[in-house]
Amino acid sequence: MTSLFTLANICAAAVLVSLTAYVVLAGADFGGGVWDFLASGERKREQRELIAHAIGPVWEANHVWLVLVVVLLFTCFPPAFALLSTELNVPLGLMLIGIVLRGCAFAFRAYDVKPSATEHAAGRIFAGASVITPLILGICVGAIASGSIGKVSANAGTYARFFAPWIAPFPIACGIFALTLFTFLAAVYLTVDAGATPVREDFRTRALLAAVAVFVAAFGALGLAYYFAPDLHKSLMTSMWTLPQQLATGAAAVVAIAALWLRHYIIARVAAATQATLILWGWAMAQYPAIIPGRYTIDQASAPRATLVFSVWALVAGSAVLFPSLWYLFRLFKTRNSSPG
Amino acid sequence: MTDLFAARSQMAISLAFHIVFAAVGIAMPVLMVIAEWRWRRTGDEVYLDLAKRWARGSAILFAVGAMSGTVLSFELGLLWPEFMRYAGPLIGMPFSLEGFAFFTEAIFLGIYLYGWKRISPARHMLAGVAVAVSGVVSGIFVVMANSWMNTPAGFRLVDGVPVDIDPFVAMLNPGSFSQTLHMSIAAYAATGIAVAGIHAFMLRRDPANVFHRHAMSIALFVAVPAMIVQPVSGDLSARFVAQWQPVKLASLEGQFQTQQGAPLRIGGIPDMDSRQTRYAVEIPRGLSFLAFHDPNATVKGLNSVNRTDWPHVPTVHIAFQIMVGLGIYMALLGVWVTVAALRTRSGIFTDRRLLGAIAVAAPMGFAAIEAGWTVTEVGRQPWIIQGVMRTADAVTPMPALVIPFAVFSLLYLMLGVVVTVLLYRHIVKSPI
Repeated sequence: MTSLFTLANICAAAVLVSLTAYVVLAGADFGGGVWDFLASGERKREQRELIAHAIGPVWEANHVWLVLVVVLLFTCFPPAFALLSTELNVPLGLMLIGIVLRGCAFAFRAYDVKPSATEHAAGRIFAGASVITPLILGICVGAIASGSIGKVSANAGTYARFFAPWIAPFPIACGIFALTLFTFLAAVYLTVDAGATPVREDFRTRALLAAVAVFVAAFGALGLAYYFAPDLHKSLMTSMWTLPQQLATGAAAVVAIAALWLRHYIIARVAAATQATLILWGWAMAQYPAIIPGRYTIDQASAPRATLVFSVWALVAGSAVLFPSLWYLFRLFKTRNSSPG
Repeated sequence: MTDLFAARSQMAISLAFHIVFAAVGIAMPVLMVIAEWRWRRTGDEVYLDLAKRWARGSAILFAVGAMSGTVLSFELGLLWPEFMRYAGPLIGMPFSLEGFAFFTEAIFLGIYLYGWKRISPARHMLAGVAVAVSGVVSGIFVVMANSWMNTPAGFRLVDGVPVDIDPFVAMLNPGSFSQTLHMSIAAYAATGIAVAGIHAFMLRRDPANVFHRHAMSIALFVAVPAMIVQPVSGDLSARFVAQWQPVKLASLEGQFQTQQGAPLRIGGIPDMDSRQTRYAVEIPRGLSFLAFHDPNATVKGLNSVNRTDWPHVPTVHIAFQIMVGLGIYMALLGVWVTVAALRTRSGIFTDRRLLGAIAVAAPMGFAAIEAGWTVTEVGRQPWIIQGVMRTADAVTPMPALVIPFAVFSLLYLMLGVVVTVLLYRHIVKSPI
């Protein structure tokens, strides 16, 4: 058993932290798009306005976390990146289309000089792409976690090699889980962004409903893991960290729901983000030390030492710029009740 | 269409699309900050209107640039996994740093766009400056990574495997200085002249319009210095290519035979089968002089390597002629604008011939950028890493690559049309 704090592990942790930030921040922006899609009731218009207003200043910064995931992956773990982008070529391509359509449609709608003309079409595309993208992201993660990447020989047929690893029950369950989770996060955050307006109640109800959906999807995925991703299931359920991880995740979920119920929205926001984080970290711990289970461990896939050293320094220097800037951005737009201004 | 050609075409379309938005993302924040600064100095509300309009326009273009840039970062793996497996540890450095610069850009753009009433004037201006600085810095990092493909450095090859990797040396590879300089200047020149050209066109109809006058002044203030110095940076790049990528130089000049005192060929069509460039105007010893600053220098021809190591020579040569031609027009235009502005400050707004010359130049900068990247990228073929890895060996094993090529082309076509319509509405809805 080697030390936990190797250079490769630090870089892998940076990938995980970036992915977590993407899920907790950008995930909620996608979830916002889902609620735009599902906007209903007498305050339909106010709901959509709140979503646009909450996402507007931050979505592009939140999106960059994904770029960081990709860049860190290909810098520090190039064979893993090459393998993933080969075998998950189709879903990653589809996810990209979703990302592009969501982002562009949002910007077109938000910054057009004559919004009414583009609003409808751009709004539909924004909402539709917000549903599809998390689904595919979850599918990709599920395909990795289930250990089906890098198993098929290069001579296998096109379907076996490029489709079968991800068109499978467990990855699809993960896709649905990601979608419900992002939707839940968005609804919880929107209760804070709404301030003391009637829309807040709309999103409180939606958040509670989404919490049920997350619960169902989580246990659905876990159940399927037993059959389709047995290794993952085994480490999730029988490791020495299983009990604390599951207790902590469950506690965060309970706190989030209770806080929503009691209308302590800021606590609900923190608890929901914690819950999402713990779920992701549970997956990471379950497959540790593998980066692509069944194919590469973190060490096997890691770049030469010089690159890792440089990456760690780049991360330190980059963070020194990034975190103060991010703090400033969120303090400006996310701390007080966000009234249009 | 072979899979390799489909992959190359998809990459080409993605780069050609993205580079426009990337260049705008570098230069547009400068224009908008200058407009805001002028407003704060003079109190002239037209400048404020200009700053806000440019900010909104930039927001659309930045979003499209951010999304198409994300596509490219994935496409490196989706199309060229073998290249990334090999080069990731070497070119990952500039990409990681670019990631942080991109972060800063996105964060401060959000603050700039939504913070007009939330932060002090000084902070708001600073946010704009942060967008402008991080924009050019992220451009520089990405071009450094590209430059590594032209002049790979920072490793030793042992049995086809890179060892003794030094990411720092790789990042500061020999080509990085001339290439990043040329591209950064190009971004300011192209964006500036495009904006100036649009307003020059409007001023020809409505010479007294203060909005268009202010807009054109600021745009020219950014574009003109860049247009004038770009030939100097171009000379630096050409001499660099002559030294480091002689086959690329030979292709862009249509030089098939190694020759002492080689002529400079203007125009002409290279014929790869008969190995000569026809119909060109030849300036004796011109190429030797330009490439090595010595009229009697020997210029290596394409015949110095096997034909299998040639790029598609006519494409490279013609793209190069287009880039240089447009560059010269813009440099001369820059001089004309400078002379006219020095004579009488307001002269540039009323001289219809000058306004016409500026208006015509509107698309030229971007056309020159596209041509220049064609020279860089096609001119490096058949290599993806010059002299180290062939493009054909880097491509994904995924079949039917024509499908993603078609899908992404369609996506970009659609986005291009929508962006054009939106910007047209932005411009047409000018006040006053």
